Amino acid sequence: MKDKIISLLRANAKLSAQEIADKLNISAADAAGLITGMEKDGVIRGYTAIVSDEAPGSETRVKALIEVKVTPNRDGGFDRVARRIAKFPEVTDLCLLSGSYDLLLTVEGNSLQQVANFVSAKLATIDGVISTSTGFQLKRYKESGIIMQSDEEYERLKICF
Amino acid sequence: MNGSKSASERFIAPHIAALPPSGIRKFFDLVNSMDDVISLGVGEPDFTTPWSIRESGIYSLEHGHTAYTSNLGTPQLRRAICDYVEKNYHVSYDSKSECLVTIGVSEALDLAFRMLLSPGDEVIYTEPCYVSYPAEIRMAHGVPVPVTTRCENEFAVEPEDIEKAITPKTKAILLNFPCNPTGAVMPENKLQAVAELAKKYDLVVLTDEIYSELNYDNDHLSIASLPGMKERTIFLHGFSKAFAMTGWRVGYVCAPAAMTAAMMRIHQYSIMCAPTVAQEAALEALKNGGNAMLEMKESYRSRRDFFVRGLNDAGLQCLLPHGAFYAFASVKNTGLSSEEFAEKLLRTEHVAVVPGEAFGPGGAGFIRCCYATSAEELQEALIRIKRFVASLKG
Repeated sequence: MKDKIISLLRANAKLSAQEIADKLNISAADAAGLITGMEKDGVIRGYTAIVSDEAPGSETRVKALIEVKVTPNRDGGFDRVARRIAKFPEVTDLCLLSGSYDLLLTVEGNSLQQVANFVSAKLATIDGVISTSTGFQLKRYKESGIIMQSDEEYERLKICF
Repeated sequence: MNGSKSASERFIAPHIAALPPSGIRKFFDLVNSMDDVISLGVGEPDFTTPWSIRESGIYSLEHGHTAYTSNLGTPQLRRAICDYVEKNYHVSYDSKSECLVTIGVSEALDLAFRMLLSPGDEVIYTEPCYVSYPAEIRMAHGVPVPVTTRCENEFAVEPEDIEKAITPKTKAILLNFPCNPTGAVMPENKLQAVAELAKKYDLVVLTDEIYSELNYDNDHLSIASLPGMKERTIFLHGFSKAFAMTGWRVGYVCAPAAMTAAMMRIHQYSIMCAPTVAQEAALEALKNGGNAMLEMKESYRSRRDFFVRGLNDAGLQCLLPHGAFYAFASVKNTGLSSEEFAEKLLRTEHVAVVPGEAFGPGGAGFIRCCYATSAEELQEALIRIKRFVASLKG
């Protein structure tokens, strides 16, 4: 049941416990209990909104994807440096990848300058960071499964057999 | 202009002139004249065709696949269809001689009737049913013989009722389970009994299994797979409902070679072949559309559960339909006919449902609500239906 709730919430985090209960044929109290439980356990770590580039306030937001090569630490591997980088509020996403570089970061700021400063003053100077490669995001086409450009409205028949 | 209309009417063949117009045209016009209606009146999925299938159609056009295909349909699609039917319905058809790709089940049914029927031959079909059945039988100069399915039998057809309708003129029995509009499925023992009747009286069975993937509570069983039935069964299916491909117009018929060859002759002279782009998209549906189809099915199932519960809460008696995406609810306890109910509901609450009479006299006292409608709209529709039913009692 938890997996079904998670799959519903991943598609639409705004679903109420009642709506989830209706879809899964369980009671609203059970649905609410399971959701709260997963929030407490840290299975569900947060909820967020997916907004378009035209959303108010977005015009001054700058986003960059940064590939980072690091030297793994003898005891902590990549974790120690990764956790250190993750603590910066400018970093919105961070993961370890296989391939030609190690960490992939998404960094957000209010201006190109602000992001550039973060990279040169904070990120590149961290012990263990060997190199960085920064790409500024020009346009988003899809995020978290949501396509950012809406299709034209397509009118279906109202009634048919 | 009336004069010229009546003058030209004399040219219309009597069996076509006699086709009944839809009895609820006025109701449909009313629905179409309102623009803020929540419509539970459609007969198709609310999903757009899954992208990989649409993309295959685009690819087909992009690469210039714009010519006719073989009359039967592309060999690749026919092979994929026969594999799919064998795997899911447990009947083995030869893709070279026993499978024909058509423009939806509608064309397949038309071919089958034209191939089978001589003037005056009778076809037994269950009612309430999809509106085209009796008309298609008449267009092929046959005589439609309805057998009413009843709520107390969960709208499955009683084999005894079929046997009572059999005459020396009976040529075929047409089945459609899961059923539009009732959502009914056939229990195995009743399906076996119908198969025995077909063998006893040497009848053909046409089985329209367009909703067979959308069978929520049971494994689907095709009558074609029962012992001794393949030789007398015409299996009709397509992509419209399970793969949300209604507008592509692509379906198929599987039948023993001689019947397929005869249907193929009609098809080649009247149709040539199903659209090439739709055939290539359909092939993608069979190759890679399975997961998308199961996701859609799960979505219908969950909407069915809460919608049918909601209808009963609202005071309309409704059985849990085991298949398709329709709830067939009784309005008998409101004191209104289904047509009155539908019209008043539309006028006062702006919710459109289809009165059961549209599916034949056996549908009187019921309304068909399509739950392949967004969950938000279904929820709002339930609030309005509940308010409406309460207002009738008050």
